[in-house]
Amino acid sequence: MRHGNTVIALAVATFLSILGIAFAADRAFEAHMWVLTGVLVITMLIMMGKTQVAPAGRLAAEVKPTGYKDDVIRWGVIAIVFWGVIGFLVGVVAAAQLAWPALNIEPWFNFGRVRPLHTSAVVFAFGGNALLATSFFIVQRTCRARLWGGELATFVFWGYQLFIVLAATGYLLGITEGREYAEPEWYVDLFLTVVWVAYLAVFVGTIVKRSEPHIYVANWFFLAFIITVAMLHVVNNLSLPVSLLGAKSYSLFAGVQDALTQWWYGHNAVGFFLTAGFLGMMYYFIPKQAERPVYSYRLSIIHFWSLIFLYIWAGPHHLHYTALPDWAQTLGMVFSIMLWMPSWGGMINGLMTLSGAWDKLRTDPILRMLVVSVAFYGMSTFEGPMMSIKTVNSLSHYTDWTIGHVHSGALGWVGMISFGAVYYLVPKLWQRDRLYSLQLVNYHFWLATLGIVVYAAVMWVSGIMQGLMWREYDAEGYLVYSFVESTAAMYPYYVMRVFGGLLYLAGGVIMAWNVFKTIRGDLRSEASMDGAAEPIPAE
Amino acid sequence: MHSDYQVLRTFADSWGLAYMFAVFVIVVCWTLRPGGKVLSNDAAQVPFREKEDITDV
Repeated sequence: MRHGNTVIALAVATFLSILGIAFAADRAFEAHMWVLTGVLVITMLIMMGKTQVAPAGRLAAEVKPTGYKDDVIRWGVIAIVFWGVIGFLVGVVAAAQLAWPALNIEPWFNFGRVRPLHTSAVVFAFGGNALLATSFFIVQRTCRARLWGGELATFVFWGYQLFIVLAATGYLLGITEGREYAEPEWYVDLFLTVVWVAYLAVFVGTIVKRSEPHIYVANWFFLAFIITVAMLHVVNNLSLPVSLLGAKSYSLFAGVQDALTQWWYGHNAVGFFLTAGFLGMMYYFIPKQAERPVYSYRLSIIHFWSLIFLYIWAGPHHLHYTALPDWAQTLGMVFSIMLWMPSWGGMINGLMTLSGAWDKLRTDPILRMLVVSVAFYGMSTFEGPMMSIKTVNSLSHYTDWTIGHVHSGALGWVGMISFGAVYYLVPKLWQRDRLYSLQLVNYHFWLATLGIVVYAAVMWVSGIMQGLMWREYDAEGYLVYSFVESTAAMYPYYVMRVFGGLLYLAGGVIMAWNVFKTIRGDLRSEASMDGAAEPIPAE
Repeated sequence: MHSDYQVLRTFADSWGLAYMFAVFVIVVCWTLRPGGKVLSNDAAQVPFREKEDITDV
């Protein structure tokens, strides 16, 4: 019986989660277990339905098998698009809540719960699925080997989706550890650890059985990302649950040690989750799309080792002027400034890959997305070290400048390179001649770019204004502005920020439509970007 | 407790630091060694050696 073992495993898990409802120590845990039971039952019903169907579903019948394990990547690409649009939408809602507080619908949809929903949806659901799908694609192609572990990759993918659902519903129910970018409670953390170890096994297993003697540099970045995130996740989430079947736990660390552990995790989530893994994408998709090898392979190796040795120490810059010892703050600042060099080395390496092929930017909007993404990588890796300098930080910290910085990195670098990867992957994975429409990619490109520019520029202005208002003293030494005056002054910027977010969201919706039509096999008849040029490079 | 902390941090900012730095320098020197360029240029071609289909491998 196909899927027989899966159905049995799901049934056992459902039983356990019902026990979780029955013996829950608190209401939050009980509600969360209801969610889990619902998800498991639906999944079980779908899998039971599939057991009766003949081996080939519609998808399998349409796509010729290639020997690579690509079904999980196809699901992954759909998940990137789905979670991307959801994450951008929640971001727009959160931005609107700041501008118009009436939109805070208590208790489930107030800003305090919607904000982690937004950050986790874009970082872990959108970005995480982009990492899963592209790493599985790239490791198979550059190793010329099928994914190791059979259906273990399927478990990794669906297990990760379950983690996302549990994390997201948990936030709305008010279940949180309150650790930034690590809000899920202890039982969700434990489950993610299992999924992550399986991910590592699949990835390493595939590298071990490779047919290509050399391990391509993109795989180094992916491997560093997987291993480091495992370490960060486990250490940061060391905590003691209050009860075996309760939602609440307390961190093993206390006070400033806890804060430092949190930001050691938090900054390396940026460094390894949102940078190293996405650099793996850069070193694969830019050469492929430009049809030229990376500008300097040796520079890419030095880029890799410099990032690995430097990034891990930069976290304390999140705790300037706090109870953290001064030497640790300075250490974080110094390492952050040193990071500028390898980051720009990587940026130059990505951009120079196009030397001799710059004309392609005119005709290929996918390549344009990838290049703009690398440009944003360069911009935010300059802005970040600058903001980590203590004197700059005394102005920028706790203001919207930080939010603007994060978004120029996340929307510009992470978002754009993921969009480029999606547009590269969809025709390949579904074996279509080309995308449904390159013109729509062009619209997506401009909407997203304009959205980022509006967002980042508005946040610079409002952030610096905020910082200046907070530190404005009069001749007698009194603060000139109350906090609420600085909040009221931000209203126009909050409204403009919503507009920037809407532009970016609109681009995401266009991508979803384009991907949907491409998967269906439709081709939009349209003039190519350049009369003579082939829109998508033939493989 | 205090002495444990002191022992660890003294090790970290002396031998630990020297070890990490040495490894980094060795890795960079190895990457830039004479003759490494040929191998690097070959490795850069890996994405262009991939196959559409590996069912027969």
